[in-house]
Parts: sequence; C-alpha cells; structure tokens
Amino acid sequence: MTLEARRAAESRLGRGSIIAVGAVITVLAVTGGAFVIAGASPLEAYYAYFIEPLTREFTFLSVLTKATPLLFAGAAVAIAFRAGYWNIGAEGQLLMGAVAAAGIGQVVEGWPAFVVLPIMVAAGALAGAAWALAPALLRVRMGIDEVVTTLLLNPVALLLVQALLHGPWADPETGFPESPRIAEPAEFPGLATFLTFLGTSRLHIGFVVALVIIGVAWWVLTRTATGLRVRAVGLSPHGARFVGIKVERTLLRVALVSGAIAGVAGVSEVAGIQFRLTEGVSPGFGYTGIVVAMLGGLTMPGVVVAGLLLGDLGVGAQTAGRSLQIPSQLGEVVQGTLLLVIIAAVAIYRWRSSREEERPADEGEPPPDEPEGLPPAERSPT
Amino acid sequence: MTFVADIIAATFRNATPLVYGSVGETYTERAGILNLGIEGTMYAGAFFGFAIAYHAEAAGAGPAAPWVGLLGAILVGLMAGALMGLLTVSFGANQHVSGLGLTIVLIGVSEFANRLVFPDTTLVRIEPMPLLDPLAGLGELGTVANQYGLTYLAFLVIVPLAWYVLGRTPLGLSIRAVGENPEAADVAGIDVFRIRYVALMIGGAFMAVGGAFITLAMLGTFTLDIIAGRGWVVIALVIFGRWRIFRGVLGALVFAALFSLGLRLRITPGFEDIPNEIMLALPYVVVIVALALSGRNVPYPGAYLKAYRRS
Repeated sequence: MTLEARRAAESRLGRGSIIAVGAVITVLAVTGGAFVIAGASPLEAYYAYFIEPLTREFTFLSVLTKATPLLFAGAAVAIAFRAGYWNIGAEGQLLMGAVAAAGIGQVVEGWPAFVVLPIMVAAGALAGAAWALAPALLRVRMGIDEVVTTLLLNPVALLLVQALLHGPWADPETGFPESPRIAEPAEFPGLATFLTFLGTSRLHIGFVVALVIIGVAWWVLTRTATGLRVRAVGLSPHGARFVGIKVERTLLRVALVSGAIAGVAGVSEVAGIQFRLTEGVSPGFGYTGIVVAMLGGLTMPGVVVAGLLLGDLGVGAQTAGRSLQIPSQLGEVVQGTLLLVIIAAVAIYRWRSSREEERPADEGEPPPDEPEGLPPAERSPT
Repeated sequence: MTFVADIIAATFRNATPLVYGSVGETYTERAGILNLGIEGTMYAGAFFGFAIAYHAEAAGAGPAAPWVGLLGAILVGLMAGALMGLLTVSFGANQHVSGLGLTIVLIGVSEFANRLVFPDTTLVRIEPMPLLDPLAGLGELGTVANQYGLTYLAFLVIVPLAWYVLGRTPLGLSIRAVGENPEAADVAGIDVFRIRYVALMIGGAFMAVGGAFITLAMLGTFTLDIIAGRGWVVIALVIFGRWRIFRGVLGALVFAALFSLGLRLRITPGFEDIPNEIMLALPYVVVIVALALSGRNVPYPGAYLKAYRRS
C-alpha cells in the first residue's frame, strides 16, 4: 500500500466513523423523542425494545419465530435488489404462497407429512414466482418499470385473498372470513417436537428452512458464476452485457427466485403459525422485507442480522406496549427511522468518498454493494 | 338515469384524492424525483388533518374546523416533502428506498399519534366539510354537481393552475429543467437543489390535501388503513399520464369511474354474485395493462431517479 493510498484509507475510516456516530445519534434522538412523547423513559424503553426480549427463553424464541417471515422476505428482496431488479411486490408474492399453502393444506387429510410438506413448499414457491412473472416479463421484454407493476399487484393479491375468504373459503356456518384449518400433516412441525427443551415455543421448521435458503443464496451469490452474473447485472447492466452476460435472462430468473422465496414465506406463516388463511396473514412482511434487505446491506449474512434485529424489535414493541404503555405502533417508527438514517448515512459516505477519490490514483475498488436505481435509458433491452 | 348520475357523481368524489395526489407526484417526478413517500404522505395528511380539525372543533372553531385541519395537513405535507428532499436531494440517497422508508415512517408516526391522541377505542368524529349543491333541483345534473368544495377546487382551480404553472411559468420551466437535465439547468443559473426541494414540498402539500380530503370531507373520521393503496395508484397514474397534468387527471377519472361502478354494482340487483373484490381489483389491473400497452416508449424525465451532484 502506498503512503497516499494508506492516507486515503485512513481518512475514509475516520469519515466512516464520524458518519456512523452521526447516524446513531440521529436514531437515538428521533426514537428517544418519540419515547418521551409516549411518556416513557427512553432508557427503559430501549431496554424493553431491544434487550428484554433476549433475556428470557420464551421471548427469545418468540424473536426467532417473529424473525422467520422477515428472513424469508428480506432474502427475497435482497436477491432481487442485488441484481438491480426492484421487486417491491414481495407482499403480494407472499400472499399467493399463503393461498397455495392453505389450498393444499385443506385437502391432504391422512397423507404422510413427509410428502405433504415438500409439496406445499414447492407449490408456495411456484405461486410466488407466478405472481412475480408478469412484472418481470414486462420489465425485460418491454422495459416497463417493475417498481410500479410489482407494487400494484400487492393490493390485487390482498383482494384475491379477501375474495377467497369471503367467498368459497368462508366458514359455511358463520361466514367468518377464515379458511378452514389445514390438515394435520400440512402443519410445519414445531421445533419443540425435536428439541424438547424448547418447551411450548411456536418456533417451527420454517425458521430452519429460511436459514437454509439464505445459506444457499449466500453460496450462490458469492461463490458461483451465476452469483457473479447477478452482481454484475446489478452493478452495471451495460458492462454486464458487454462481457456477454444475458442481462434479461438473469433479471427474469432473479425475479422468479425472489418471488419464489417470498412465496415460501407465505407457506411458512400459514403452515407454521396461523394454520389457516386469514386476511391478516401478513401485516406487511413484504414491505418489512425491504427494510431487512437494506439494513442488511443486500448481503445474506446482513439479512440474517437485520431480520433477527427486527424480530427482536417486533417482540419488544409488543411487550413494551403492555409493560410500559407505549403504543406498539412505535415499533414501525423505530424500524422506518433506522432504514432512513442508514440509507442517508450510506449515501453521504459514498458521496464524500467519491469526491475525495476522484483522482486517477483511485484504488480501483468496485463501488459498494448497493446497486443504484437505473435510469430508464439503461433499462430498455437493446 | 339516476344510476348513471350516481356513478358520475361518485366518480368525481373518488377521483378527488387521486387528482391532488397525481398533481403532487407529477411535480416531484418532473423535477426528477420519484416520491414513493406519497402513500405515507397521504396517510399523514389524512390523520393529522383530522386530529387537528378535531381539536379545533373542540376548541370551538365550528364549521371552520375542517379547514384548520386542512392547513395542518398542508404543513405536514410540506414537511414530508422537505424530508424527502433531505434524503434524495441533499444526501443523494436511493429514491425508491427513501420513498418507501418515508411511507413506513409516516404511517407509523400517524398510527402512533393516533393511539396517543385518541386512546379510547370509541369512534371519534368531526362535522365534515359540507357538500355544495349549486344546481339543486335540476334533477340528474343536480346530483352530479352535488360535490365537496375541495372537489370543485381540485378540478376548477388546482388542475388548470398546476398545468399553467408547470407549463407556462419560469418556476415550471425550472422544475422541468432540473428534472430533464440538471447539469444544463445548473449552468443556466438555476439552483437545482432549491428547485427540487420546492417541487417536493409543493408535491407533498398536494398529496397531504388528497389524504385529508378523505377524513375531512368524505368520512369525517379517521380509520386505520384509510389510504388503502391510493398512493400507489397515483404512482401508476402519473406514468400512465406521461407526466402531464391533464392526462393524469383523465387517468384518475377512469380509475375512479371503475372503482365507483364496482361499489355501486354491489347493491345493484343481478350483480350481487360478482365478488366485490374482483371489481375492486379491476382498476389496478387496468392500470398495469395500460402501462403494458403504452409500451417501451414511455418518455421518462431525463434525470428520473438520478441524484444531482455538482462536480
């Protein structure tokens, strides 16, 4: 390392820590202010939100349970964003996976579970991918912005769920909008059945499935040629095309994989938690997945950390709602604030760095992970 | 005939929030910024407008209370626009994620404040803005003209004015310039950062008014999930309208007409069997199909999604 390069690296480090400290202060100021408005002591509230859920075994397991759909959704979003495909439709894809699981779960009474469970997961993945197909095709064939189309399919998916629940799947006697309970072999086994020390926790194999999917995704993204292509397309579609990568095909596959993972999240919620389809099967998991993906820097290890953190926050917000009388909606505020502050910090950091290193002596390292939105000119498949 | 008149009247009413929203979003996107914070901005406008109107009414403001609430909503919209500016203009953060994050924060803040301001679960109401009835007694025409003041304001004042300002004034030219080619605008002496902030704040104010219309005029109360995706619809309408004010309004009217028809058919004999949800989903699908048909030649603003940095 030359002296000059070292100096640049040191100043970058210094700049990074200043920005990081600024980010932490901003988050503490905003959320602390909100806690004070809610009439709670900020220190107590932080403890209740982030630390307390981890201190008792039962709430710790709740954190893992709560994090499960966020891990799926975060991974789904991160994979798509990594390729520069802005899939905002994880919510709808998740709902379609839930529909598939509830549909299959109703008709498999008496089947062996080892047959039913893979079928359900596969069907959920297919349903999620199918819901992601139209926007993906519109993007790669016609250059139509997938942000809008994936986003608009979310309310359509929710209306479809409602149509099913108020129509064919409604309780025949009460008309209550809930699907019939899924058959026993369709239920995800609770981890407590294998690991008896887990007690009465609702933690189920969906958590393990999520970790396995994330592990595979990590391996593919970082250790295979496919992953290299995905990242190349995300960093620069022009450059990727120039070196012979089939950009459209890559985007299409990434979109379908992303939809499939989101679909499995829906299966996991129906088969592991709710045991039936309800209108509230997803309180915005697909959108929270975007927060998870961004907080995790669009990397798979990052998704695990961010998913667990938001699971922790979710459980903390609920318990603090009871113990400290803080409206649990504050959890969303904390979540959103974290997201905004972190993307602002990253943007400032990158801007400052690029300003200082606009000399030819630049170390030539590629820009950091997060792919930027592409201007439409670069999107049309020419 | 009453059926048709009802539908037309409902179309204008249901189009109003979309019209305010699409005017606002058109301004921000013409300045080069996709503001996905619109859903949250409309939500915050709806909630804070209502909460302020409620307290103004309690303080004895009488029929002026909803208008006080509207002013409050405008203020909230200006702040939401400024926050989006801080993220995307000053810091140059990714626009998609900034907008979605803004929506998450604003919905969270609104629901949090809702629990603090109205801790009881009983429904709180205000006396909503009155319907104007200028053509009463003219039968069907009277039904159609029986609208809220904010609807008249939207179609007769705001839309033509917004079109005029954007297309025919120096401010509008500046907004279009910074959205089309910020480098050239900068060279021409336009303060790119300032104009983008201005466009975002104007846009935010309109979005908030669109949301507040629902609580202050249509319903007279606030419920959770009150915007229900209208902001996302506006995002599509603006692209569908190719960033032109009047085409966006036309899209809003078509969407609202389908929506109103869906609601009306629910109570029309012979149509009860069509699941209502299918009718409600139809407008979204129509917008997507329209986007697909308009094809690849969509003339996005030149600097769409691009942060500007002086080099």
